[in-house]
Amino acid sequence: MIPRESFDRYLHELQDEVLVLGSMVEKAIDRSMKALKERNLELASQVVADDAKINQKRLDIEERCIELIVAQQPVAGDLRIIIAVLNIIIDLERIADHAEGVAKIALMIGDEPPLKPLVDLPRMAEKARDMLRRSLDAFVSRDSEAAMKITAEDDEVDNLYDQVYRELLTFMLEDPRTITRATRLIWVAHNLERSADRVTNICERVVFTVTGKMEEIEASKY
Amino acid sequence: MDPKIQTRALDFRYGKVQALKKVTLDIREHQITALIGPSGCGKSTFLRTLNRMNDIIPNTHLEGKVLLDGLNVYEPSVDVVEVRKRVGMVFQQPNPFPKTIFENVAFGPKMLGINHRLRLDEVVERSLRRAALWDEVKDDLGKSGLVLSGGQQQRLCIARVLAVEPEVILMDEPCSALDPLSTLKIEELMRELERSYTIIIVTHNMQQAARVSDWTGFFLLGELVEYNKTGELFSRPKDKRTEDYITGRFG
Repeated sequence: MIPRESFDRYLHELQDEVLVLGSMVEKAIDRSMKALKERNLELASQVVADDAKINQKRLDIEERCIELIVAQQPVAGDLRIIIAVLNIIIDLERIADHAEGVAKIALMIGDEPPLKPLVDLPRMAEKARDMLRRSLDAFVSRDSEAAMKITAEDDEVDNLYDQVYRELLTFMLEDPRTITRATRLIWVAHNLERSADRVTNICERVVFTVTGKMEEIEASKY
Repeated sequence: MDPKIQTRALDFRYGKVQALKKVTLDIREHQITALIGPSGCGKSTFLRTLNRMNDIIPNTHLEGKVLLDGLNVYEPSVDVVEVRKRVGMVFQQPNPFPKTIFENVAFGPKMLGINHRLRLDEVVERSLRRAALWDEVKDDLGKSGLVLSGGQQQRLCIARVLAVEPEVILMDEPCSALDPLSTLKIEELMRELERSYTIIIVTHNMQQAARVSDWTGFFLLGELVEYNKTGELFSRPKDKRTEDYITGRFG
């Protein structure tokens, strides 16, 4: 008999649940941007509605962590996995809230005429989503180096944010009637920029899980 | 903080079986040090070398040093009774003498020549208070120590140790025969005693080591694998063997 075989299985299942939550969040990012880009109000409403499921999933995982701590009294690496999960699911839920924020802005914009074709915002969303997926891959494969690399990529999102901000500012300066629409798009950019920041938190937890070191890897520009 | 006990390259053999291999370790004064490891890893043997309890086992051999406040307790000039007075011991099974509660505690002081009744009363009361047993037995000092519950008996044994005013208390699995509540009482007591004494505890219960100690040493096959602050050792062990043992992957 292998000692702690069932505990190992529970830990494995716990991490699978984190991946499931992660893919729900990725989907929320994708769909909220699609809704914004394609003026698909139904899809936007769907993202808002689905956020409750994501919140519930997070609570379920938290509950499971508590049960494992109570029943298994984990220490060392086992404990670090569970503590990391408890932190990661908070960031995942918040990223989903940012996606919900984007969806709500899409609803707010409704069928107003577009200010401009959206190019950089979808790029930011795609980058944040990609960083998120890879950060969770790094977590389950205990790859702290990959996690460090992803953190560095936050700069790309910050640069896109700068670019979007400057561009929208120009619109507003040229024609004050665009201020409302441009401001809404700045909110979208802000939600995406924060999402990528949250991914760097997840990466810090990957490093913690692997090395036991708790540290801020790199302060974000924003 | 100054080390109270230091071992230096401590080797110990039972006949040809090497039970300890070059164990070098500093025990800090007024702290609780826990020793953990699988059965047969040498942790109890190590504990017993500290007050020369192994001397009585025939065909054993020791090399290296055990320094108590800098003095090697294995120097030929050292009086072993004096060592055991300074370094007291509590065992796994509570082992009160088949005598009254009073006599159990007064036994050590009497051996040391204290016979004055008032002095003895004072020592017995103080020791029982320190062992957090006084309130439970103060009206029954004339009763046999054997009528107490297991947890009370263990605290009686601790009072018996305290009565000779030791500096260090060695505890060899002091709670393994006790129920959970009695165990928690002993653990609380250890935290109280820590202020005045240096405590070293051998335990199979890793949660107990994590709860009660300031420092933890992990032994494996006679070797001290890792020794660190308890919080550090249980959250970020440095050695893979420590990690495997405390997470229950072997042992």
